[in-house]
Amino acid sequence: MTDQPTLITGRAFWRGFRRNRIAVAGLAMLLIALAAAVFAPAVAPYDPYAPVAITVESIYQRPGPAHWLGTDDAGKDVLSNFIFGARVSLTVGIFASFISVVIGGLIGISAGYFGGRLERWLMRFTDFMLVIPDLPLIVVIVAITRPSLTNIILVIGLLGWTTTARLVRSQTLSIKERKFVLRARSIGAGHLHILRRHIFPLVLPLLVVNSVLIISLAILNESTLSFLGLSDPTRISWGQMLNYAFERGAMSSRAWWVLVTPGFGIVWLVLGFTLLGHGLEQVLNPRTEWHHLTDHPRMVSLPAPLNPQP
Amino acid sequence: MKSLRFLAARLGWAFLTILFVVTLNFFIFRVLPGDPARAGLRDPRLTREAVEAIRVRFGLDKPVINCVQALNPFEAGDCLVNPLDTQFFIYFGNLLRGELGISYHTNRPVADHLGQMLWNTVLLIGAGQVLAILLGVALGVLAAWKSRTRIDVGALLFSLLAWSLPTFWLGIILLFWGSSRFGLPIGGKLTPGLPFVSQAAMLKDLGRHLLLPTLTYTIVFLGEYMLIMRSTLLDILSEDFILTAKAKGLRTFQILKDHALRNAMLPMVTLIALNLGFTVAGAIQIETVFSWPGLGGAVFNAVGQRDYPMLQGAFLLLAVSVILANLAADLLYSLLDPRVRVD
Repeated sequence: MTDQPTLITGRAFWRGFRRNRIAVAGLAMLLIALAAAVFAPAVAPYDPYAPVAITVESIYQRPGPAHWLGTDDAGKDVLSNFIFGARVSLTVGIFASFISVVIGGLIGISAGYFGGRLERWLMRFTDFMLVIPDLPLIVVIVAITRPSLTNIILVIGLLGWTTTARLVRSQTLSIKERKFVLRARSIGAGHLHILRRHIFPLVLPLLVVNSVLIISLAILNESTLSFLGLSDPTRISWGQMLNYAFERGAMSSRAWWVLVTPGFGIVWLVLGFTLLGHGLEQVLNPRTEWHHLTDHPRMVSLPAPLNPQP
Repeated sequence: MKSLRFLAARLGWAFLTILFVVTLNFFIFRVLPGDPARAGLRDPRLTREAVEAIRVRFGLDKPVINCVQALNPFEAGDCLVNPLDTQFFIYFGNLLRGELGISYHTNRPVADHLGQMLWNTVLLIGAGQVLAILLGVALGVLAAWKSRTRIDVGALLFSLLAWSLPTFWLGIILLFWGSSRFGLPIGGKLTPGLPFVSQAAMLKDLGRHLLLPTLTYTIVFLGEYMLIMRSTLLDILSEDFILTAKAKGLRTFQILKDHALRNAMLPMVTLIALNLGFTVAGAIQIETVFSWPGLGGAVFNAVGQRDYPMLQGAFLLLAVSVILANLAADLLYSLLDPRVRVD
């Protein structure tokens, strides 16, 4: 790795961001989802938490004028459930990744900056946690405790910090060796000052990119848990919709609308965060994507003539 | 000499991790509320003798470990008991003898169930991973070589999309489509009750059952392999030795094959090792959707049936497999790149 982390000003960042089509597309997708989640009661045609009378005709109704996306196994409007489901995914994604990134950031920065025995033990612990497969452990813990929204957020958040810790540590290691840190220390700056003013600002871009990716992982984990039957029973989520549909005969009723819709929501959100993260990385850590085998190698670039001949 | 020390360090590390997982697996089921065996004891219809019999049968009358009688709620105990007579060491001893407890659901030893399931999971994961790696590497090479062209952007978007698909949902969609359109089986490993006239007929039936789960697996994992291959190759193709090779007049295909790919294989081995954890996550989802009789499906069923010994056993087996596979990848890496052995 030869690229050195550098500071980027807000204005330069915004300029690069606007030009990056992938990042803008991701952000747009997320804003739409966020608006739907926040204004769900206004947008959704029905209240998904209101009790409805079930009749044989009302379950698994095909999409039609009354129910644009049909009804589910309990005769409820799929479109309304779908809109309200965005709330759980976004809540779990954002809060769980916040926990993960704070823990991973703290462990990574202290291991990288202080080094020595502290680093050895912290990294040994990180390696332990890294090797243990996440999802089975999450399933085991949530299955034994109660699957409430808070529990799900805590378990996913507390187990998802390992990759962040390793990334932040290696970044901190390379920043620590830079001249300005040595200079700051030689004029008597304390650890806290160096960490706050010199290390943290350079680690921050990495943390931002990483947290966006961690959010998408958390959303995937949450929906998987719900699909496996470990969802908060008081809240509608996309994974739960799929669990009910799959377990209660949507397959044999060929009710594709109940199976396709919630998954589309998950893909929309995860893809939005993934595109945003990928784009942010390109903006914050630009690299040339030209190389020696590209068709028009720019190995020698001739300066354009200053005064073009008329 | 150095290699021997490296080998010993790696083996010791894997051993320590397994000890950590075993300990974690023991305490999780005792610290967390809703302790499995005790939950059944709260039934008011049980007589005092029956409660005592169950406690003895599951070993709950013994202290958890020295000085601690029970963990939830916490209860201090005798520190002078023989450590080998505590729940923790009895559990440990049973593990060494290959005993993983008795399933609440079937009342048969957990180990009997899990043995066969492990091989089913390995079969499914193996087929899916091999395909995902081959296709992912091929697509990654293509994207890096044709960097910044439409092919590159297309491959990149496809990979990001594949990465964003929830595995279980892709499985459901493929199952829906494959079973209604092509009459593929809706789940399981073999068609039950079908008399197989020959080995070939059985293999054909197995293949038909494997098709959709493997396809799901391949699509989900292909994206990440492609992304890593692409970014690794982009770095390598900007190195000076590629320019040298080009200047010597070598053909593009030869440069890619002999100069670039060879160097890109190392990061791939690391990624495959790191991915093993996600592999297991994929297995849980795919086996659930396709009712594949493997370890992942066992986790799902155990959760639904509150069959804690089964859940505990399946988790342990999954975690230990990942640790051992990681060890194998580490050793393979050191064979491919002797430099790491110096560290």
